[in-house]
Amino acid sequence: MAQAGTRNRPLSPHLQIWGWGPGMASSILHRVTGVGATVGIGVLLWWLGALLAGPEAYATFTGLATSWYGLVVLVGVSWSVIAHAVTGIRHFVLDIGAGYELDANNRWATICTVLGFVLTGLFWALLLYR
Amino acid sequence: MGNGTSIGRVRGLGAAHSGSHHWLVIRYTAIGSMLLTVWFGVSILLLPNLGHATVLEWLARPVPATAMALFILVNIWHARLGIQVVIEDYVHEHANKFAAITALNLLSFAGAAFGLFCVIRLALGGA
Repeated sequence: MAQAGTRNRPLSPHLQIWGWGPGMASSILHRVTGVGATVGIGVLLWWLGALLAGPEAYATFTGLATSWYGLVVLVGVSWSVIAHAVTGIRHFVLDIGAGYELDANNRWATICTVLGFVLTGLFWALLLYR
Repeated sequence: MGNGTSIGRVRGLGAAHSGSHHWLVIRYTAIGSMLLTVWFGVSILLLPNLGHATVLEWLARPVPATAMALFILVNIWHARLGIQVVIEDYVHEHANKFAAITALNLLSFAGAAFGLFCVIRLALGGA
């Protein structure tokens, strides 16, 4: 019985043949930005350590942080944190069993993904032009 | 959601016989993390500049120091749980998984201890 029909059974569709949709993109993005935000904890601890080590160490940190590659990391980390928070709120809504209808799911997945970029842009605009 | 058998729902256990608690703590820490992340973001925007003296003066005050300590703890707690899920999803070999989770635990506690040490020293005027 256990061996019956185990050959040539249909497999559940995996990433390679699953059609991309907003929900899938938002879900994968949530995981990616979660890892990115974890990198941010390292930057935060480095910042606090440099603060404690004195003005010279702090100047070294800010020198690296304001270089082009430092800014790439900081923009990436801030986007990770903000986008992860937005898609995290999406997950809270899905957790209560709401938003699974195809239209609503696609719409909110798209809105959340776009909102992550918009809020990150807003944060940096406020930070740089305050 | 209506999935699973009645007895399975009463027991609250899935195929792995654990995980509900992990799932819930991810949500609890997410709420704390969101509140404190808003605090952190708004604070960074409201500081007149991000120079050494300004940030030092800010973190020496009781409420920012307390919030920063909580910010570090809740984010490391939440990240620790989240990265565990990523490891469990992609690292299938038992010994590698054990090593990865061990490294994650060591890094999490080391990071939390270092972060709290920094905040306390800064708050008590050590720098």
